[in-house]
Amino acid sequence: MSRAELLDGPGGSPAAAPVAAPAPVAFARLLRSELRLVLGRRRNLVLLAGLALVPVVIGTVLLVTRDSALSGQGPAFLAQVTGNGLFLVVAALFLCLPFLLPLCIGIASGDAVAGEASAGTLRYLLVVPVPRGRLLAVKALAALTFAAAAVLAVAVTGLLVGAAFFGVHDVVLLSGSTVPVGEGVLRVAGIVAYVGLSLTGLVAVGLFFSTLTEVPVGAMAATVVVAVVSTVLDSLPQLSAIHPGLLTHHWFDFAEFLRVQVDWGVVGSGLAVQAAWVAVFGALAWARFTTADVTS
Amino acid sequence: MSEAHHDGDLAVRTAGLTKRFRSGQVAVDGLDLAVPRGAVYGFLGPNGSGKTTTIRMLLGLARPTAGRAWLLGSAMPEDAARVLPRVGALVEGPAFHPYLTGRANLARLDAGDATADPRTSRRRADAALDRVGLGAAATKPYRQYSLGMKQRLGLAAALLQPRDLLVLDEPTNGLDPQGTREVRHLVRELADGGATVLVSSHLLAEIEQVCSHVGIMSRGRLLLQGERAALTDREGARLAVTTRSGQADAAAEVLRGLGLAEVARDGRALPGGAGTARLTAVLGPTPPEKVSAALVHAGVDLVGLAVDRPSLEQVFVELTGEGFDVAR
Repeated sequence: MSRAELLDGPGGSPAAAPVAAPAPVAFARLLRSELRLVLGRRRNLVLLAGLALVPVVIGTVLLVTRDSALSGQGPAFLAQVTGNGLFLVVAALFLCLPFLLPLCIGIASGDAVAGEASAGTLRYLLVVPVPRGRLLAVKALAALTFAAAAVLAVAVTGLLVGAAFFGVHDVVLLSGSTVPVGEGVLRVAGIVAYVGLSLTGLVAVGLFFSTLTEVPVGAMAATVVVAVVSTVLDSLPQLSAIHPGLLTHHWFDFAEFLRVQVDWGVVGSGLAVQAAWVAVFGALAWARFTTADVTS
Repeated sequence: MSEAHHDGDLAVRTAGLTKRFRSGQVAVDGLDLAVPRGAVYGFLGPNGSGKTTTIRMLLGLARPTAGRAWLLGSAMPEDAARVLPRVGALVEGPAFHPYLTGRANLARLDAGDATADPRTSRRRADAALDRVGLGAAATKPYRQYSLGMKQRLGLAAALLQPRDLLVLDEPTNGLDPQGTREVRHLVRELADGGATVLVSSHLLAEIEQVCSHVGIMSRGRLLLQGERAALTDREGARLAVTTRSGQADAAAEVLRGLGLAEVARDGRALPGGAGTARLTAVLGPTPPEKVSAALVHAGVDLVGLAVDRPSLEQVFVELTGEGFDVAR
């Protein structure tokens, strides 16, 4: 029997098949729903609020200890904050990047598919039907949006608190030369964008883990472990051969934006490594999710 | 060509549908389902007999190890995007986001449906909620719903759009007797509206009354399927005639004369007391009124006449030698 007969055999469609909206329209509608779900969820809002608290705490501590003997001590970029509030953005990102941001990314991306699977809502979305590829793309975009929101939560409160406590002034670069406020703000914006893009690889890893399990906590933990293990491996000089390809190796290259002459080659290779991780783990997630049986 | 025509009359068809899990267990074994359009098909079997795995394959959630499946004439899972908007489904219990309200949960599902008109989304959601009696709880978060309300929300999700086919897996789970009656009523209403309903259950008595067709599954295999009346007649209705002791032989003669099989005298003590005798026979296709007329015509005093049709459960036990609550 031919395929056409199977599809359109007599009585094959008593009612006319419902007309589907064009794919981009359907995609946009689902994405709106997904963003509302992710950004409206209390747990995620608490995470964002927690991240926003970091610059507030740092700023307050620096403000209080400004005139004490402790002033000017601590990790990189911290000493500059009291002289220029813009540096609170940089210092806060620097402090959040090793653990807090990966943790938040791990939670959001690990939960993306596994959360729906564990709640059982995944099977109902798929029989609506939402095509699996579309659902994965929407999940990926929502997780990326959350990553962007996480970085912006740190950056925006950093900027507001820094400006309020210490004012915004001309920026002194790493070499000691000074650029005007306008250019300084642009450079800090570059740092924020670079940090945000640096997290895309981890989002892809989390999304892949999320397609493997019905236990969201497992996917979240595995994602954070990948970031931590990458940092550990990056600290072993014996493994220098693989360092350039590690997920976290280029994360702190954002300092490039504070050099007189930004080396776009360094910035570009950092982003290229993220693109490679996104490509590999995005493809793995797609291969897994579009073929696996949904048993939850 | 004849096969193609056959397809058109079936809302659900599978051919040799098989699912072997990685563990080696064969959950579904060469299933050939045939659910005619417009039928209310009771998909029955004990827990663990493979009903839910079959439904998962029908809906494209799981891939068959072998065999094929068609919904409304379209191959699954290849044509899922085309055919599933016409199919409402309840699979293995309801599942929704706990912190969203009932209405928001329906809006969420509707947002995924490319064939749904966003402008009518709210109206359709409210209509579906009203239909299952959840109108008053529309703005309550799902986690505050009782088990029965959750089940009702699952049914509401299946009714968000007009459907040609409803696949309802254990729709009465967690419902009280009143809720169960309402589900039966809903199923009948949907069927009256022209939809085909495939309803699975391990509690046969709950849905037996609404089914026009029945398929019985056990250990991954379809033991039998067909029209419900034909299935219960298959074992044959039995006839019991009570008459005066002295007329028993004459009555037996009349019954044999009508072509009834297994005519026998029941030797047990009878509630009718001394002086009466009871005869039993397999009724077959003979109408009972014809039997009574023939007996009276032959001058036999008819003290009592009863027809005992086997229930589906009896048929099932006959077939499998096991009760309905036997799990694998």
